[in-house]
Amino acid sequence: MAQPNVTIIKPKKIFRLADFKEIWDYRELLYFFSWRDLKVRYRQTMIGVIWAVVQPFVTMVIFSVFFGSLVKVPSDNVPYPIFVYTGLLFWQLFSDALGDVSNSLVTNQAIITKVYFPRLIICISSVVTKFVDFAIAAVILGGLMIYYGITPSAMSFVVIPIVFVITFMCASGLGLILAAINVKYRDVRYILPFFMQLLIFVTPVIYPASIAGKYSKILAINPMMAVVQNARAVLLGTTPINWALIFISLASSTLLLIVGVYMFKKVERYFADIV
Amino acid sequence: MPTNTPIIEVKNISKRYTITHERGGYVALRDVIATTLRKPFAFAKTKARRMVGLEKKEEFWALKNVSFEINKGEIVGVIGANGAGKSTLLKILSQITPPTEGEIILRGKVGSLLEVGTGFHPELTGRENIFLNGAIMGMTGKEIARKFDQIVEFAGIGKFIDTPVKRYSSGMYVRLAFSVAAHMEPEILLVDEVLAVGDAEFQKKCLGKMEEVTRDQKRTIMFISHNLDAIKRLCPRTILFSKGKIDKIGPTDEIINHYLHTADTPSVVVPRATSKDFHITRLQSVHGNNRPWTFPYGEPIEVEVELEVLVDQPSFQIGFFIDSINSERVGSVHDDVRQLEKGTHIIKVQIQNILLPNSYELGVSVQQQYYMPGCAVFHVVDPHNQHNPVGTGLVEIASRFSHERVS
Repeated sequence: MAQPNVTIIKPKKIFRLADFKEIWDYRELLYFFSWRDLKVRYRQTMIGVIWAVVQPFVTMVIFSVFFGSLVKVPSDNVPYPIFVYTGLLFWQLFSDALGDVSNSLVTNQAIITKVYFPRLIICISSVVTKFVDFAIAAVILGGLMIYYGITPSAMSFVVIPIVFVITFMCASGLGLILAAINVKYRDVRYILPFFMQLLIFVTPVIYPASIAGKYSKILAINPMMAVVQNARAVLLGTTPINWALIFISLASSTLLLIVGVYMFKKVERYFADIV
Repeated sequence: MPTNTPIIEVKNISKRYTITHERGGYVALRDVIATTLRKPFAFAKTKARRMVGLEKKEEFWALKNVSFEINKGEIVGVIGANGAGKSTLLKILSQITPPTEGEIILRGKVGSLLEVGTGFHPELTGRENIFLNGAIMGMTGKEIARKFDQIVEFAGIGKFIDTPVKRYSSGMYVRLAFSVAAHMEPEILLVDEVLAVGDAEFQKKCLGKMEEVTRDQKRTIMFISHNLDAIKRLCPRTILFSKGKIDKIGPTDEIINHYLHTADTPSVVVPRATSKDFHITRLQSVHGNNRPWTFPYGEPIEVEVELEVLVDQPSFQIGFFIDSINSERVGSVHDDVRQLEKGTHIIKVQIQNILLPNSYELGVSVQQQYYMPGCAVFHVVDPHNQHNPVGTGLVEIASRFSHERVS
């Protein structure tokens, strides 16, 4: 007879190493959750795809008209539309993922109070879904590159995966912290969109980091600056790759993720009791 | 594994809930900030008092020192009044909430069925929902694919399999949901009151399916229900809970008898019937000066149901069933309420009481979708023997004898 599957239930500790193995055991459910979200989103195929593309595209057009043509914000010697679109693409990945992760426990509470599975799966699947939206919106970026005749550097293959990792850790980390707070204080989700609006201005999305001059060091606290700036560096050749910034942001977003997972696990234990 | 090792071992499990007075158990951050700013001293004072233990949060033990063992292949019923801790136990066993104290050892893969159709998404088709729901219930993709045809056949939804479930009738929806659940194959299955959905016919089919599977595959099942008939049919052994503790464990017949004769149904019962159109929010006896759910012999049985109607109902059918403690149907009444508009409604029923003093079960059915037998146990009493009820059995049969001398 095969080794029986023994489960021991005890008053929970926050961290057990077994938790991480468990997430791996439940990877199929992770796949199904992401599949569900994508399926529902792209149910009416055209509308889903169009929405993923239209949102950043329209924003890009409006920003190009106001900031690019009227205000004449500098754009590191590349055309402003492609400059701002690259920034928006990564920014939207970050902000959508953050928003979804922070609401994930509350939106899925019907499932959470009825079935057991590692709750982190829901959050991870929210982020995974956003990468698919990113991929679809990236098609426009490809089009813009051809239109403006810009060739990305070979370093893209190294830097883009790294900035993805930073975005993933940063959005999940911050999202998990907010998800934990959101469980107790349900009004957090109304405050979040407001902060996201502010945050886009402290991240060099619509302007180059260079215009902040000596204050650009302060902007570097924000890990998304490393993402946006270096993505532009390799894709558009705006500035040299800033490795120091990449490593600092890798470290800070790792820290953010650890804090997020810790806070989340702490709330996870009694979540089903308070909803 | 030696055969004498129990498959479920529960040792001294306790669960404490802290009662929060805030509505809904959660608070708004802006309120917390506002109160703190407005009354900084009051805030600091309560914090400080709590820290040194002068002021305690209100606590409530949903379970206290519960221990029992279940062997492989056993089907055990769990009964008890509402709030006795049955559901809390199941939530702990299925790891939805951790215990405050104690330990449980489960020697097998656990599947829990606290609800049918968990995670069903209205936009997805029947086919897609089978896979999603199956995965949430812990089945692997391969397993679902293998059983797919059986699931569809059991649910009897045939050609609607590729229609989004939002277009299903509630009956079809429930059948599909239950069908997925009925095809789970864990070694330990925890079932909570899920049979409260679907029509009587389908409930029977489901019970049959569960019986069949346990007999053939030696599954271990813990079955929580108010449906004493189902418990009798499925479970040789039963655990009776009362106020967070185990009252009695033993052969089902014995336990059910003990339960019915001592049961105090809380005055307000919340039957578990919710659909997208309405919620039943409470079921209550109108008992005057008597104890809840106790009706003097000969005086009418009065019951009221509170409903929250979410979508206007042109016609709303509600029925009440009275069963004996041996689960024989004594009688039923029903009515169609016309034009039930969105909002909260109370429906009252007065039933002529021809029942002889004994204990009975009251069931509710709604819109032919929900059939919930045994929502409450009620007693017909004749405290002072003043009425001298006539006859034996369950009901008083009116009769008139006459006598004449013929020769």
